[in-house]
Amino acid sequence: MTAQSIALNRFGLGARPDEAALADPKAWLDGQLRSFEPRPAAIAAAPSRQEVAQQLADYFEEVRAMGGPAARRAQAAASDARPRTQPAAMTTMSPMPGQEAAPTPGQMAGQMGGEKALNDRIAGLPPSAQQFIRKASRDYYLTSVAARTDAALATPAPFVERLVHFWANHFAVSADKLVVIGLAGLLEFEAIRPHVLGRFEDMLLAVEQHPAMLLYLDQAQSVGPDSRLGTLAATRGRKVGLNENLAREIMELHTLGVRSGYSQADVTEFARALTGWTVDGLGRGPAARLTSGGGAPGTFHFAEAIHQPGARNIVGKSYDQPGIEQAKAVLHDLAASPATARHIATKLARHFAADDPPPALVDRLTAAYLKSGGDLPTVYRALIGAPEIWSPATAKFRTPWDWSVAALRAVGTKQLQGQAVAGLMTQLGQPVWRPGSPAGYDDIAASWAGPDALVRRVEAAERIASRAAGAIDARALAPKLFPDSLSPATAQALARAESPGQGLALLLASPEFLRR
Amino acid sequence: MIDRRIFLGSAAAGSFLLACPGIALAKAATDRRFVFIIQRGAADGLATLAPVGDSAFAGLRGAFVEDAQAGAKLGSFFALHPALVETAKLHGAGEALFVHAVASPYRDRSHFDGQNVLETGAAGAYRLKDGWMNRLLGLLPQGEAKAIAVSATVPVALRGPNDVSSYAPSVLPAASDDLLARVGDLYARDGQLAPLWNEAMATRKLTGDLSGGGGQNGAATGALAARLLAGDNGERVAFIETGGWDTHSGQRGRLAAQLKGLDALVAALKTGLGADWSNTLVLVATEFGRTAAINGTGGTDHGTASAAMLLGGAVKGGRVIADWPGLAPAALYENRDLRPTMDLDALIANALAQHYGLDLARTAATLFPEGQRPRPIDGLIRA
Repeated sequence: MTAQSIALNRFGLGARPDEAALADPKAWLDGQLRSFEPRPAAIAAAPSRQEVAQQLADYFEEVRAMGGPAARRAQAAASDARPRTQPAAMTTMSPMPGQEAAPTPGQMAGQMGGEKALNDRIAGLPPSAQQFIRKASRDYYLTSVAARTDAALATPAPFVERLVHFWANHFAVSADKLVVIGLAGLLEFEAIRPHVLGRFEDMLLAVEQHPAMLLYLDQAQSVGPDSRLGTLAATRGRKVGLNENLAREIMELHTLGVRSGYSQADVTEFARALTGWTVDGLGRGPAARLTSGGGAPGTFHFAEAIHQPGARNIVGKSYDQPGIEQAKAVLHDLAASPATARHIATKLARHFAADDPPPALVDRLTAAYLKSGGDLPTVYRALIGAPEIWSPATAKFRTPWDWSVAALRAVGTKQLQGQAVAGLMTQLGQPVWRPGSPAGYDDIAASWAGPDALVRRVEAAERIASRAAGAIDARALAPKLFPDSLSPATAQALARAESPGQGLALLLASPEFLRR
Repeated sequence: MIDRRIFLGSAAAGSFLLACPGIALAKAATDRRFVFIIQRGAADGLATLAPVGDSAFAGLRGAFVEDAQAGAKLGSFFALHPALVETAKLHGAGEALFVHAVASPYRDRSHFDGQNVLETGAAGAYRLKDGWMNRLLGLLPQGEAKAIAVSATVPVALRGPNDVSSYAPSVLPAASDDLLARVGDLYARDGQLAPLWNEAMATRKLTGDLSGGGGQNGAATGALAARLLAGDNGERVAFIETGGWDTHSGQRGRLAAQLKGLDALVAALKTGLGADWSNTLVLVATEFGRTAAINGTGGTDHGTASAAMLLGGAVKGGRVIADWPGLAPAALYENRDLRPTMDLDALIANALAQHYGLDLARTAATLFPEGQRPRPIDGLIRA
C-alpha cells in the first residue's frame, strides 16, 4: 500500500467517493487531531441520558412494586450479567452467528428477525421486562447505533472516529445485560468522544463514573460492609456487600493489564475504595433514600452511606483520602502506571499495525504515553510518526465493523437505519456494543477471518453493492479507495465483471478491502 | 471374476413379473428418459445397502446395524436402509437394481477430484473438460438429445459442446454463484484468504438441502425434475444435484434424513413422470464410498467403493448385483475401505447402451474414452 492508501485505510475508515485525494497523508492525519467534532449532529440527536435512565428507573420501580417471585424474576433478568434466555437480544436482531442458519439474502440488513424474533426471545420474561426491553432496544439502542454509524459515515476525521471505536471497545460494556441496552451508546457518546483527544486519565474517570459502566459491572450496588448502610443492613439480617467486578476489570482490562503485578488483595482493597460510586435516581425505598443525591436519574453520585470507611492499601501504596477522592486517587495512579502505558500502547499498536505488534512500535507508544502523562494526542502523533506503521504490507484483517463502515463509505452511504446496521453487524458476527464480555471484541484476524465469516462478508458485499446498483463504476472507484495500491488481480477481476453491481461487490470483497 | 458375481434379492419373482411385455416397451425409443442423481459428498454405500449377511459387518458398524435390521431385506445378504421406503417398493416391483462394491477409476479421497472423475468420465481428475453426460447427447438421435441440469449452474457432467440448459430450484439469485466463483478466482493466490474460501465453498457444496423438511425438499426437487422431463416436449436427459452426504459425524440421523430426501425425490419423480416412468432410467451414484468402520464421532470417513442404484420403469430390477469382496480385515481396500470389485463407468456404459439401444463399445469409448473396453453386463434394462 502507498502512504495515501495506508492513511485512508489503516488509519481511517476507508475513502468516500466524494473526498479529494490526499496530498500529504501525515498532515491529513495530524489535522484530524484538531478538527474532530465530539458531538456532531448525529450524536447530538441521540436519546438523552436522562430519558434512558428514567425508563430504567420506572422499570425498577415497577419491579419493586410487584414484589414476590415476579419481582425477583424481573430483577434477575435485569441484573444477570449473562441472561440465559438472551433477553437483551435487540429488537430485530438475530442471534449470534452459529446459533441459526444463515439468513437468505432478503433477510439481511434491515429485515432481520423483526418483532416476532424478539418476542420469541423474551417470551419467558415478565411482561414489564418485555416492555422495557422493547422500548430500550427500539428507542435507545437502535437510535444510538444509527448515530454512531452516521457519525462514522459523515466524519471529516475518520482516524479519530476509529479511535473512538477503539476506546469504546477498550472500555466495553455489553448490551446482553438488560440495564445496558439503552445506555451502551451513551457511554461512547458521553465518556469516550469528549475525551478521545484528551488525557487518558480523564477518559478513564468519565468511563468509570458513567452509569453504563457502573451498572454493567455491578458497581452501583456495591456496599461497604462497614458503611452506614452496610452496618444497618447487617443488624436487620439483610445481605448486602462488596462487589469486586468493576475494581477487577479496571485493573485487568482498563488500566494495568492482566498479570501485571497486582494481587487479589489489591482488587478487594480497590473495590472497597470504590464503594459509594453509584448512579442516582434509579431506586426508591428506604435504602435508595439513604444513597440518593437527589440528582436526575442516571447521574453519577458518590453515596457516602455505602462507602467503606478507612484507608486502603493498593499495589503497595496507602490511600487515606476521604470519600470519592480515595478511588479517584487510585485511578490517577493506575492511569500513570508504566504497566498501563504498555497495556494501552500494545493494544493501540495491535489495532493499527499488526496482530503481533512490532515491539519497537509498542516501545515508542509506551514512551510517548509516559512522557506526556497519558496525553492521548501525543500518543497518536507517535503512532503517525512511527515508521513501523507505514509498512506497505497489509497485516490487519478488518473487523466486521471496520469493514462495514468502509464498505458503506465506499458506496457513498451517508445515513443508515439503526435496524439495518444492527442486522448487518449481527450477521457479520460483531453486534454493536454487545461483545458479551467486558474484555470487548478481539482485535486479531483469527477471531474474524473464518470460512463462514468470509462467505457472509461476500454476501454482505453483494447486498451493499446491489443497493448502489449501477450508479458506481468499481473500476473508477477502486483507485480512489486504494491510491496506487490496487493489485493487478483485483483490477482485472473488476474489469471482467459482468455488471457494475458485480464489479462493486467484487471490490468490496477484494483482498484489498478485507485487509488494511 | 464374472463367475464370482452373485445375484441376490428377489430376482426371480421380480423379473418374472416384469418380463411380461407392457405397453411401454412397444413405444418408440425417442421416449427414453435418463436421469443422473449425483450424491455429492461420498454417500455411505454400506449404510444405504447394508451387507447384513457379511459376518464382519456388525463388528465394523456397531449401532448402525440397528438401522440395517429395520430396513427392507433384499434376500438374505443385503438390507436397504429403512428410510428408503419408496425405493424398497420399487425393488418389490422390479424397478430398482442395486449395485454394490462399485467405484469410479478414482482411488484417492478428495471430494472434488473424485466428483470431477465421476462427472468427466476420465481416468483421473481434471484430465477432461467435458462431462460424459454431454458426450452422451452426441450419441442420441436429435429428438432425444435434450438435457437439463436441475441446478443453478451447469455441472461438469453436462458441460461440453452439446447444448444443455439448467434450471435452479434455489431461491438464491443466480448471480450469486457467479460472484462466488469470481471471488474464488480473486482469492486463489492469497495465502490467507484462499484456504478459508476453499473450506467455505467445500462446506457449502457438501451441505445439501436434500435432507430438509423431512423429505419435502427432496420431493419438491423430484417433482420439479419430473415436470421438466414429462410429456412429448419434455427434456430427455436430466442431472439432479444432491449434497449433504459427507457424514463424518452423527451419521445415523443425518444419513437417515438424506436418504429420506432421496427416497422422496425418486418417488416424486415417478409420480410426476406418470406414463413416462416406464421408459425412464435413473442412475444414483456418488464419487466414492466411506470407511468400513465407524469413526470416533459416530460417522464414517472418506472411503473407496460404494453402492449405486439403477431405478425406473425401464430397469430390469428387483436385484442386487455385487461381486462381494467381503469386509474381513484382509479383504478391505487399504485396510479400511470396501474394496471396489465393479467399475462404475462400465456399469453406466452398459446401462446406457442397453437403454438407448447403442453399441456398448462405442458408448463406452465415447463416454469414458480413457477407460478399458468394458465387460458386458447384460440384462440391466428391460428389452
